[in-house]
This record gives sequence, C-alpha cells and structure tokens, in this order.
Amino acid sequence: MTGGHRVGGRCVVFGDNVNTDVIIPGRYLVSIDPAELAPHAFEPLGPEVQRRLSESDVVVAGKNFGCGSAREQASTCLIGAGISAVVAVSFSRVFFRNAINTGLVAVECPDAVQAVADGEPLWVDYQAGTVEVGDERFTFTPYPPNLLAILESGGLIAHLMRQVSHAGEDSAR
Amino acid sequence: MTKTKTFAQKALERASGEADVAPGQIVDAYPDLYMSHTASWRCIRTLERMGVDRLYDVDRVAMVMDHIAPANSAKTAADHRLCREFAARMGVKTFYDVNAGIAHIVLMENGHIRPGQLIIGTDSHSTIYGALGAFGTGVGFSEITAAWVTGKLWMRVPESIKITIDGPLPPGTYPKDVMLKLIGDLTADGATYCSVEFHGSYVGSMSVSERMTLCNLAMEMGAKNAFVPPDEQTWRYLTGVGVRADDCEAMLPDPDADYRQTETVDGRTLTPQVACPHTVDNVVGVDELAGTKVDQVFIGSCANAKYDDLAIAAEILAGHKVAAGLRLIVTPVSSEVMSRAAADGVLSTLIDAGATITNPGCGACAGNGGSMADGEVTLSTANRNFQGRMGSYKSQIYLASPATAAATAIRGSISNPQEVRR
Repeated sequence: MTGGHRVGGRCVVFGDNVNTDVIIPGRYLVSIDPAELAPHAFEPLGPEVQRRLSESDVVVAGKNFGCGSAREQASTCLIGAGISAVVAVSFSRVFFRNAINTGLVAVECPDAVQAVADGEPLWVDYQAGTVEVGDERFTFTPYPPNLLAILESGGLIAHLMRQVSHAGEDSAR
Repeated sequence: MTKTKTFAQKALERASGEADVAPGQIVDAYPDLYMSHTASWRCIRTLERMGVDRLYDVDRVAMVMDHIAPANSAKTAADHRLCREFAARMGVKTFYDVNAGIAHIVLMENGHIRPGQLIIGTDSHSTIYGALGAFGTGVGFSEITAAWVTGKLWMRVPESIKITIDGPLPPGTYPKDVMLKLIGDLTADGATYCSVEFHGSYVGSMSVSERMTLCNLAMEMGAKNAFVPPDEQTWRYLTGVGVRADDCEAMLPDPDADYRQTETVDGRTLTPQVACPHTVDNVVGVDELAGTKVDQVFIGSCANAKYDDLAIAAEILAGHKVAAGLRLIVTPVSSEVMSRAAADGVLSTLIDAGATITNPGCGACAGNGGSMADGEVTLSTANRNFQGRMGSYKSQIYLASPATAAATAIRGSISNPQEVRR
C-alpha cells in the first residue's frame, strides 16, 4: 500500500536555474502565510506563467531549481498555490531542505523531467521512489528514513510537535 | 591506515560527536550558533505555534535586525518589536538592533564566530563564516526554530572541492573579480551540496575582510559552506575582536584529504569581471561591456561594503563627481565600518563625489531603498543580480567589484577601473 505517498497531477514546466527571487520576490517576505504568498509566486515571470501555475499540481524544472536565497517562502508559496510536488533535474540545497521541512515533495529525477511535457500529468510515489509519466515509470533514490518521517508529518515543525506530544503521552503513562 | 579528512568531515565530526564520517552520510549536528536576521520574527511565531517556550541553549541564539532596518512599515516595526521583546524575555544576549549592520559581519566583528565552529543562519550567504575557518551554512526559519528547541539539525556530510588560487592579482582586480570569474567558469550549480575549500598563495596573502568576499560568493556556485584555513591573519583578526586563541581550535584539512574536484586559478592573469543580468554565472570581462549605460551604482551588501571596499571606491572617486543623472548609493556593511570610514575621511570623499550614504544594513540588496524603475540599470557590488531583486521586474542588475563600481559611477557607463584609476 503506497496510496498515502502518491502525489501529482498536471504539471507546469520551467527551465534551469530558477531562483528564489523569481519564485517569490523579497518584497512579499513580510508574510509566512501560504495563502497570502501564493498570488505572488512567479510574479516576475508575468500573469501567463502565474495562470499556468494556478492550474497545476506539480512544478517540473531543470537543474538547480530554487537557487539563491534561504527564504523558506519559496517553498510555502508553491504549497499555497496548490503544488504538491516539485520534480527537477537538481535542486539548490537550501530549497531542497526548505521543501522537505515545509512538507513539499521534492524529487530529483532527470529522466522524468526529460519525458514530461508542459500540461501533462505526472505522479510521484515518494515512498516507493517512482515517478510516473503516462505509461512510463522512472525511479529515484528514495528518501532516507528521517526525511521521509518529516514529509509524512507534513513538515519539520509538525514533525517536532508530534514528537513533543508523543513524549508527553509517554511521561503521562 | 589513517583516514585523511577534509575540513567538512572534521567540522561535522566535531558537531555531531560521530567518528570518521564519510561524504553522503547523514548526521545529527549540534551548531555552536543559530543566526537569524530580520527573519527572527518568523522563528518566534513558529515557536509560539509549537507552544514551546524552553530553548535548548539560549546562548547559541544570535539575532541581528539587518534586512529591513530601520523598519519601513507598521508591520515590520511590529516584527522588530516582537524580536526585541522576545530577546529580552528569553535572555538572548547576542541581539543586535537596526543600527548594527549586516548580521554576518556584525557577528564576526564582535567575536561571535570562531574557527572550527558550526554556524547555521537564516541566510544563504552564511557560507561567509568560512573566512574565519568556521563551517557556516544557510537554512530556512523552521530549521532555526527547530534548532532553538532541539539544539540540532540533520546534515549530509558534503563532498569537498579544493580551489587553489595563486597570485598576486594585477592592479585593479580584487577578490570579487576572482569569484565572478570562478562562478562563471564553474557555473551557478558547480559546487552544489559541496564544501568549498580555498587554498593557495593568494588566499594566504588575503586579509580576513577579503576572505569574507571569497566565502560569501561561494554560495553563488551552490556551495554548502566555504573555508579558508586559519593562519596568522585569522589569529590577528580574532585577537582584535577579543577572541582568545585558547578558546579556539584551528581545524585544518589533512594535506592528502579526498576531494571530489580540484581547481586552480592563476590570479596573475585576471582582469576585472562583471556578472550580467539575471544570473551570477553570466560573467564577462569588463571591457566587453564598456559603454553600457548605468542609472544607478550600489556599493553595499555582505559581499562588498566592508571598510576596505569603501576605501577602494573612495580612492578612485576622490576629486571626481559621479556622472550627471547617475545615483550612487553607498551602504556601509556595519556601524563599525561606517564609524571608521567617517573618522578617516572615506565617507566625506564619497559624499563629495555625490554619493548617497545610507545607514548600515542590507539596504538595496534586500530591496529596501535604491529600487529601480522599468528599464533602469544598476551596477552593484552585491552578490545577486536576479530579476526584480531591486525594484522593477523590467530592470537589470550587473555585479562587479567596488573599484569597477566607482569607475562606472564616474563615467556613467560600465568602465574598467584599470583605465579610470589615476
């Protein structure tokens, strides 16, 4: 059973080196609310790109997606926009961490990026380590257990809160 | 057989308490310092959401109000107040307010950073702490909040890249030119996930301030952290900021450590470099851009607004006026730098030339002051030229050294400082 680990849907495709200032401009960092941030995701690229983003479930990108700033809102604005996974050739390390820590599935799978076209559906099973594009199935190295646990909790803070409440239950016993 | 180790392996062994860690291995690391800048309010709100009010070690918390300083709206003023009140309530001793300057430099200038330490910060340019032989790396605000509570974070032990830079550099070229050339050659993801170590005769001859520029910009090729081996220069700097050598452990990579990649840079043949819009690895020699009209020059940021950067610009601008219609904005990196530059005439030279001097902090690099209208062009000494970072999405940013910035300010178009310098 992997049902709980399957996310995806229609994808919007970007190129290489998409940076954090383009994903969410610095002027909007006064907010950390995904719903407030979402309308400004990819604003520098114009309304047509933003419209396609709003109709999509998955962001597909080339290499070094999310390069630049450590701003966590680069991930939360995508969550706010209804994105459930980012599939890229590669990520900048801070974006990757921020994605996992905010509960956004981030997967490096160059073959899937190559295979998918803008607007097509794509599905990720992040426990099994597979990406489906049409009839094709690609694999990626599954997450180590600690990262999987954070994702399953919906992000780092939710994960810690769960641990804290479990510790409380243990001591109450 | 003895295992040889890179700096990153040694630093993460120290921070995790594990022996013989290998690249790719994931460890729980306990940082010596958790830096949060203006983003501190996000951490505080997250902590409130968690319902936790006990911190792992409040003495490892460092807060510096730099990105939006002073506050530019009621919202940011409230964010700052939240941080001040939190620091007072929790007993955060390492708290610097809106007058201090950019977090990285302020923390180094005040003796909070030591060789061999692990520092995490809510800023990607936390790689800069390698200038003092520390392991610095950027994280999001949730991770800082988590570290406040648990004292730790997961880290993947990185592979390392050894970059050897030999000099001396030709007149008119600087650490910024070295790094722009390197970023152009290795590309924006050339060092992704890697620890970048700088070695070589030129690096050995550099001041700590110059090393800050190297390590800061290593981020722009994707580095996880950067490192310059501590030496006499390092100890002199640390002594000057009140850190006792006894309190430090100089951590050096083993001479025959295992590197993923080695690069050598011959600094003797370097020319002034410029990164063109909208990526930092879009680099050409300055002469290819000669004559490109510029509306604004910004000398600021944690990359290039330290004392020596301002002094270099002042030396070139002395006796000149900036070109008609051009705005020259100078944002000293810290109050300490500003004070020194005021005391010895550097600031008055810049003011006489027509510069607008702003208060210390991130300023225009973080989008505060110095915004551009549609179609305008800025030449900046900062570390990022991403689309829309300084105002209009239809404006352009070029990146260069303070010397190239000063030469460009005089002529009103991108200029080679080797020509303008008297």
